[in-house]
Amino acid sequence: MRKGLSEKKLAFILIIPAIIIIFAIVIYPLINALYQSFFDYNLAFPHLRDFYGLGNYIDVLKNGYFWQSLLNTVYFTVFSIGLELLLGFIVALVLNQEFIGKWLVRTLIIIPWAVPPVVNATVWKWIANSEYGSLNSILYTLGIIKKYRVWLSDPFWSMMLVIIADVWKYTPLVAIMFLAALQTIPDDLYEAAKIDGANPLRRIISITIPLIKPTIIVVLILRTFEAFKVFDLIFVMTRGGPAFKTTVISYFTYLETFSQLNVGRGSAIAYIIVFFMSLLSYLYIRSLKNTDNY
Amino acid sequence: MRRIKFRLKRIFLYIAIIIIMFCVIAPFLWTIISSISTNKELLSVPVHFIPENPTFERYKAIFTSDDTKVVAFKRGIINSFIVSSGVTIVCLVIGTFAGYAFARLKFPRKNMTLQFFLFTNMIPPIVIIIAIYFIFSKLDMLDSVISLILLYSSFITPFVIWMMRSYFVTIPADLEEAAMIDGCNRIGALFRIIIPLSTPGLVANGILAFLMSWEEFLFALILTTSKAKTITVAIAEFTGKQYVDYGLMATGGVIGAIIPVLITLIFGRYIIKGLTSGAVKG
Repeated sequence: MRKGLSEKKLAFILIIPAIIIIFAIVIYPLINALYQSFFDYNLAFPHLRDFYGLGNYIDVLKNGYFWQSLLNTVYFTVFSIGLELLLGFIVALVLNQEFIGKWLVRTLIIIPWAVPPVVNATVWKWIANSEYGSLNSILYTLGIIKKYRVWLSDPFWSMMLVIIADVWKYTPLVAIMFLAALQTIPDDLYEAAKIDGANPLRRIISITIPLIKPTIIVVLILRTFEAFKVFDLIFVMTRGGPAFKTTVISYFTYLETFSQLNVGRGSAIAYIIVFFMSLLSYLYIRSLKNTDNY
Repeated sequence: MRRIKFRLKRIFLYIAIIIIMFCVIAPFLWTIISSISTNKELLSVPVHFIPENPTFERYKAIFTSDDTKVVAFKRGIINSFIVSSGVTIVCLVIGTFAGYAFARLKFPRKNMTLQFFLFTNMIPPIVIIIAIYFIFSKLDMLDSVISLILLYSSFITPFVIWMMRSYFVTIPADLEEAAMIDGCNRIGALFRIIIPLSTPGLVANGILAFLMSWEEFLFALILTTSKAKTITVAIAEFTGKQYVDYGLMATGGVIGAIIPVLITLIFGRYIIKGLTSGAVKG
């Protein structure tokens, strides 16, 4: 048997294209951004480029708008993921039953997930339109609101609508992941609990949730990192307004860099985001280890 | 009594299903309806939910009109096709090779390398976009379809590596070993045995890579100005402040979503398998 290449060399050849593309396009810019973050560099004055040390970081951390946008991001993330997990779980429980047209329902339910975020934002922006939107029309006809509202100019409802758009897109995905986990639970566990006199709610709390806990945690982690990156919905639906209420951290960085043209400060914000993300993943990994132990 | 209880349960179940399906379908269906409603009906108060004179004029206009926004939109569709197909090919080739190495070969620092790929997958695009913008502008790579393909590929490849690795692990190693005893070398066994057996995994990953590239917005928004604009940027322009043609906005949205939606409906089985495989094993 001719061996040709050694295993080590073959592995190297197979992996090197991936390493090259990722180093050139992700890692090098990542390091470059760190370097830029130590300079006072504004594109409006391109010839002035002074070393500024940690100045950009201090400026950002002293900036109230930065904290506001971080708070907005946390608000968006907690609410949208909370709703997605709750609704996704309920939908998964329903879809796990036997019913006519199950195949069709399971096929169609994925549609929102396939809709690109920019289109998703367009859809909800149109629904929430203050003059011709269907939301106003339906609520007015039902007598829930007395007069048409400008939803996307309302500090509370603008954020809620962004959250609703996100929940609409991602609940089906969460539901499908939960459904796959539910299908791995053997029926006799439920039967045994039934014989022991456990009611349906009790069965969900003491059998279903513990058994799909690993899936819940994976979904939670995946969705948190995605939600933290939210940008498209904000850009199309609210542009961060009204009064900064929906400016999330990605949008804030975008504004600082590409409208203020402040490259140094934008890079510093980027690195502060990396810091928060790392903290978050550290916390998640720790909680994962804890669940493994018990 | 038992029978009545059972009946009631059934009724509640079907009500729940109807509510779920309504929430899932209504928003997008409403956009489709808006796109074929006449302007008069679109701007009527209260809203007309069923158009009296459905019209496909806007779809025709999008493919024939000379309006600059519409021309940009057409170009966006073509660009998005080129970019997404390019990314799919690059990611599948690079991701399959690397995924195979991680699944089957022994080499030093294997776990560390795999973790490195996972780490790059977590970096938010906004973090590197500033540096990318400067590097690309120095290299004269702004507003180019090729740049977008490279950029998206580098973000999607780690995901494909991870998924293909998990797929290859499920294929028994005996199969390749048998082929290697019969005189195949490793590469031969990879192409003749492993890749044909991994078709479902390749299809799922290819589709996911295509969809992720199709819906990308932030990079395209910042790095393209005219000739390489993608469909998402074009749609965002339809919704811009100076442009208040709601009908055209809805039509653009429907066209931008119809391709991913159709792909998902056709290949749903593969995609769901791909999406859930990682999460359920935990």
